[in-house]
Formats: sequence, C-alpha cells, structure tokens
Amino acid sequence: MTQSSAPTDPRLAAFEAKIANDDRIEPKDWMPDAFRKNVLRQMSQHAHSEVIGMQPEGNWITRAPSLYRKVVLLAKIQDEAGHGLYLYSAAETLGTSRDEMVKALHEGRAKYASIFNYPSLTWADIGMIGWLVDGAAIVNQVSLQRTSYGPYSRAMIRICKEESFHQRQGYEAVMTLARGSEEQKAMAQDSLNRWWWPSMMMFGPHDSESAHSGQSMKWKLKRESNDALRQRFVDQTVPQADFIGLKIPDPDLKWNDQRGHYDFGEIDWEEFKQVIAGNGPCNRQRLQHHIRAQQDGQWVRDAMHAYELKRKAREAA
Amino acid sequence: MSQLSLPLYEIFIRSKRGLDHRHVGSLHAEDPAQALEYARDVYLRRSEGVSIWVVKSSDITASQESDVESFYDPMDDKPYRHATHYKLPKEVDNM
Repeated sequence: MTQSSAPTDPRLAAFEAKIANDDRIEPKDWMPDAFRKNVLRQMSQHAHSEVIGMQPEGNWITRAPSLYRKVVLLAKIQDEAGHGLYLYSAAETLGTSRDEMVKALHEGRAKYASIFNYPSLTWADIGMIGWLVDGAAIVNQVSLQRTSYGPYSRAMIRICKEESFHQRQGYEAVMTLARGSEEQKAMAQDSLNRWWWPSMMMFGPHDSESAHSGQSMKWKLKRESNDALRQRFVDQTVPQADFIGLKIPDPDLKWNDQRGHYDFGEIDWEEFKQVIAGNGPCNRQRLQHHIRAQQDGQWVRDAMHAYELKRKAREAA
Repeated sequence: MSQLSLPLYEIFIRSKRGLDHRHVGSLHAEDPAQALEYARDVYLRRSEGVSIWVVKSSDITASQESDVESFYDPMDDKPYRHATHYKLPKEVDNM
C-alpha cells in the first residue's frame, strides 16, 4: 500500500497503517477523500437497495395466499425498511444527510441493486426473492461484516443477524410450491428461470471489469471479489435447487471435480448494462413510485413538525 | 460548590476499533470537556478503550422496563421473525 512517489502525508500513513492492521476506520478518523467517496457510494447504493427492494415484495402483500404468508411477508418488508435506516444512518456519519442521498437517488445520481428492476409477476417470485435474492445478498453481506469502515461493518452485523430468516422463509415457500400440484411446480420453475440470472448479476461485473473493485479491495471495504462471492452463491444454491427438483436455467452448469466448484455459463452482460443504465423492465416505475411515496408522505411529516412547534410554544408559555 | 449540583454525564467507551461504544457508568462534571477528562481518569486507567463519548444524562430519554408490554410488546407472538421458525429438511438446513 505504500506509494513510492509524493512525500507521504503522515495522516495518510496513519490511515494506511490502520488498514494494513485490519483496524476499522471510524467516523472521526482522517481518511482520504477518495475513501470517503467510495464508502459513501457503496453505503448509499446499499441503503437505496434495501428501500427500493420493498417494492417488488410489497406488490404481493394484499395477494399473499394465506394470512400466515401475509404476516411473514409483512415482517420481512418491515425488516428491509429497518435495514435501509441502519445504512442511511451509517452513511450519515460521513457528513452527508439522508435527504441528500434520497435527492441523488431521485435525480439518477445514485444507484440501487439492478435486481429490483425486475417485476414480481407471480406468488412464486416472492419465495424466489427470499431464496435467491436474499441468499445472494447474504453471501455479500456476510463478507461485508469485515469491511474496513466501522459504522458500515456494524450495520452489516446487525443486518445479517436479522436477515437469516428471510432466505429460509423464501426457500420454504418455494419448496411448498415445488412439492405442490403440477401447476404450482411449474410456477416455481418459471420463477426460477426468470430470477436466476438477475441474481447472478447481483455480484456485479467480473473482477477484471469492475470499476471500483480494485481500490475497494485494497482499502478492505470489500473483502472478497465479485467472482469469488458469485462462485460461493452458485455452490451453495445448486444443491438447494436439486433437493426440491427445480432446474437452474444454465446448460453449462456442472460440478467440476478438479476445482471443487460448480462451473457455470456466462452472464448476459448486455442485459446487465441495460438494466444499470435505466432500461430494465421496471426502472422508471420503481423510481416514480419512490418519489410519489415521498411526496404523499410529506403531509404526515409536516403535521408532526407543526405539532412539535405547538408543543414547544405551549411549554414556553 | 457541592458535587451534587454538577450535571451528571453518562460515559460510553469504545473498547476497540470496529466495536460499538458501550455504556460503562456516569460521573459529575462542569462541562463535556471536563467529563471527558474525568472519564479518562476513571474508566480508562488500564487501556480499556480507544474512544470515549460523554452525554449529559438529562439529554437521554429512556423507556421504562414497566412499559415493555404496552410499548415494545416483545413480539413473542411473532415467531416467524426468527430463522428457527422455518423447518427445513436437514439436507438444506445449513441456510
């Protein structure tokens, strides 16, 4: 991590020593601007993903097949809102505000996970999101528990603990369909066909193509590479699919005895780019809905603020 | 001036980088800067921490344990919020 040119700033040297020592960087520490920018981008993207991710699931609350499935789904979505809050608060330790982050999202300057631009068309999709999308997210988040920015790391630890039920409920819902009628099984298979590749894309571009990966790895903001995490996801998910008799839609998928891992086919990177660029099936709808929800809730915040002013005035009187 | 008239400060110590600040106790001080110095002398004599937070006790709003039922409701009737609620066959149970 030593830079041979430029006289070394002692603050930079101290920062790099902490990173090298596997210490966490805490909010009041000096940090290079590029580090601050990088960790902020990552946390803002993560926070927005938690919040936007409520939309495809919210789509099925009123149509859940039973009261039981409905309360489970509500509990899960409630968790996601909380996770967004943890992450926005952690990001605010870097001197930005939630308002600024939300504004950046609305103006298209901030991103969220591309997976949430796919529609949830059937009930099976809700199970599939828990199993695959949360499954992939957990692989990533477990690794991020050791990220070098303290508040981010602590948020990840809390989130992983709460999220353990999300994947299990999803798999259990998919398993129920896969063991049901022919129609239910077909619905589960169709859902897997649609969600598999977008889930694989959640880990981002290949390491060689990833814009931020190299620097993030050096700073230990990321602890494992995109490709390594993706491989772990494949290795854990294939046996789960086999167990309930669903087929992963990848003709190149097969166990490689030599590597001790599954080999798998290439992701359609053109689709990935298109969805990131705003041209996925639901990009506009997701953003418009978020903006509308923000506007529709304004009167509540106004009313609470007016009440607080009134209360203070009464106290002063 | 008697010590009782000095405001009370709650002290939080971060024992190690990466961990949360934990509440360790309280002490009286004239102002936050003095509370920091006192906290250093009282709570960090054996390198117990790397960072101290001091917060005026009167600035803390706290819930009461007796509120638990009406305020938190411990959610014991919502077992589905726990991973262990979902029974999976043992072949896939390490999820």
